[in-house]
Amino acid sequence: MKTFIQIQRYGDYGDREPVKAEGATQNQADWPLWEVFIRSKMGLDHKHVGSLHAADAQMAIENARDVYTRRQEGISIWVVESKYIHASNPDEAASFYDPANDKVYRHPTFYDLPDELKAM
Amino acid sequence: MEKQATINLEQQFQDRVDQDIRIEPKDWMPEKYRQTLIRQISQHAHSEIVGMLPEGNWITRAPSLRRKATLIAKVQDEAGHGLYLYSAAETLGISRAEMIDQLHTGKAKYSSIFNYPTLTWADIGAIGWLVDGAAIMNQVPLCRTSYGPYARAMVRICKEESFHQRQGFEILLTLSRGTEAQKAMCQDAINRWWWPSIMMFGPADDASPHTAQSMKWKIKRFTNDELRQKFVDICAEQVKILGMQLPDSELKWNPETGHHDFGKINWEEFWQVISGNGPCNKERIAARVKAHEEGAWVREAATAFASKQAQKQSAAVA
Amino acid sequence: MFLLSLHLADDALILGHRNSEWTGHGPNLEQDIAISNIALDQIGQARNFYQYAAELYNANKDAYTKTFSSPAFHQVIGPIDEDDLAYLRDAKEFRNHLMVELKKGDWAVTITRQFFMSLYQQLLYSDLQYSADKRLAAISEKSLKEVHYHVRWSGEWVIRLGDGTEESHRRMETAIDQLWPYVGELFIPADFQLEAAASGQLKNPEYYREPWLEKTAAAFDQAGLAMPALNWYQKGGKLGIHTEHLGYLLAEMQYLQRSHPGAQW
Repeated sequence: MKTFIQIQRYGDYGDREPVKAEGATQNQADWPLWEVFIRSKMGLDHKHVGSLHAADAQMAIENARDVYTRRQEGISIWVVESKYIHASNPDEAASFYDPANDKVYRHPTFYDLPDELKAM
Repeated sequence: MEKQATINLEQQFQDRVDQDIRIEPKDWMPEKYRQTLIRQISQHAHSEIVGMLPEGNWITRAPSLRRKATLIAKVQDEAGHGLYLYSAAETLGISRAEMIDQLHTGKAKYSSIFNYPTLTWADIGAIGWLVDGAAIMNQVPLCRTSYGPYARAMVRICKEESFHQRQGFEILLTLSRGTEAQKAMCQDAINRWWWPSIMMFGPADDASPHTAQSMKWKIKRFTNDELRQKFVDICAEQVKILGMQLPDSELKWNPETGHHDFGKINWEEFWQVISGNGPCNKERIAARVKAHEEGAWVREAATAFASKQAQKQSAAVA
Repeated sequence: MFLLSLHLADDALILGHRNSEWTGHGPNLEQDIAISNIALDQIGQARNFYQYAAELYNANKDAYTKTFSSPAFHQVIGPIDEDDLAYLRDAKEFRNHLMVELKKGDWAVTITRQFFMSLYQQLLYSDLQYSADKRLAAISEKSLKEVHYHVRWSGEWVIRLGDGTEESHRRMETAIDQLWPYVGELFIPADFQLEAAASGQLKNPEYYREPWLEKTAAAFDQAGLAMPALNWYQKGGKLGIHTEHLGYLLAEMQYLQRSHPGAQW
């Protein structure tokens, strides 16, 4: 039976391509993978921009600054080790997202209000 | 039954590709698609990394402070591009360490152009104009490639790449307006880099084993020959601004096709260089292996330090 | 001010040049990019200081022309620019500290030197940004932002390598051993520094000795590295008496400019 949300490394193939156990191939000289999220300007969300390798969080932030903001692309950086990313399973996309299709009341245009009503 | 299921998945996959819907890391994809992508993306990444070497050669000899700074920034960008691409490939379930190992052991290929030597300062200009120009021509369509992480990496790369070609052309332009010795240096570099550059588009369509399937999957969006022709047409015009010649006596405008005809490419040379017999293949790989090996103790030290810190932290919590 | 600006430029250029030797050869991609960034910052700082020095030179050529004896330099027609200063002076006319011209060594040497120099530049620029000389103040203020990051980055690496593996610890000890004899020179004033100090533009570099030693000791303490005593040291860089390394560095860096006199690049 499939679990609804699988804990997988970013980009992991799950059971289709058995991934070697953590540490089995990890050489001491290979740093773990981190995902990088950057806020490009005040008021915007942090957005996933890519990944990099670093030995620790501090280094990951500094690397992210050097790698992903060489052209002033950001003002704030988040990093998270890729193995801690939990992702939904695309095979379940139908049951995961489709139910929201008919919940039009979540969308503001559903409500029929007089035009005179401003700033809402 | 199971076979039927696979066929359906493949059909769904192809439908998505046909509708220009991006494939994302966890989506189902044919194993062959995954392999093709890993091969193409990692080769692309390796090309960026090996490509740092011929230009890096001239960082310490760049003839002005402005040129020096620009060249460092450019070579550094290539490291960044290699990193974006390795990251994209990693979403397909291969680690960077594995890919680097494939490069170092000669299992993985990279663009043959970087096995040519950079002999004069003008070569830095010629690489920017011709090699980066050819690269951009290949890369712009890849911004719409079917695999999401690859396409996104390419968008980022293409944005950064445009300054590379401009700086290269500017170097050549300055030389072409300089002393006689500088003009000669400029023409010499164009002579040496022209043919390898047009080889960069890969073998002719009728001899390119992967093109058809890659086109169907929209990994590639134009054929090698289409891109090559476009590049020749553009360069044939641009070279006039430099007042220089492209080293091809058969190059001429053909009003019937609306394109430039050009001479025969020496594919023998191409295959030789690809298979390891270029002027610098061994030095390039040796330089990469040396950097990697000499960096091992550094990477190990950082890992050891990080795990000591993590232990201290968990001890403090407990 | 001319010699002071030149000295600051020389330090930044030579150190930036050494660091740029890592571009394409770093211990991994991420660190290759990081050290290249620092090299770029330094070359940028060098350009600002050279441009200012060139302006001062052009404004008062008669006073400064005897400073240099390099024939290539004196062949320049009209006003000089940043590149004439960088590419046409001979080794004995460079006024950088000896430490920056030493070979890049392994990652431990590069990191340790970067940390030593960045700490020094941090102290120096922190004061210089308030100098009565507005240009120096402005360049220092801009450079200081970059230097803060260099101190942080190299300081973290000092700790990481000192407290990493046995090998990294040993390599750090070797690096410190190699670089320590060049630390003392940072705090010994040259004439141009004394002049600037007398006119209130700059503190006497002796003033930075204690805070520098304190900060270094703090980092070394965290890294588990022993702090050597500051005894005998090598000096002469600021007077133009260099190690053997600078000549080779310049021969490589300057050759194109020298072999095509007067050409534009």
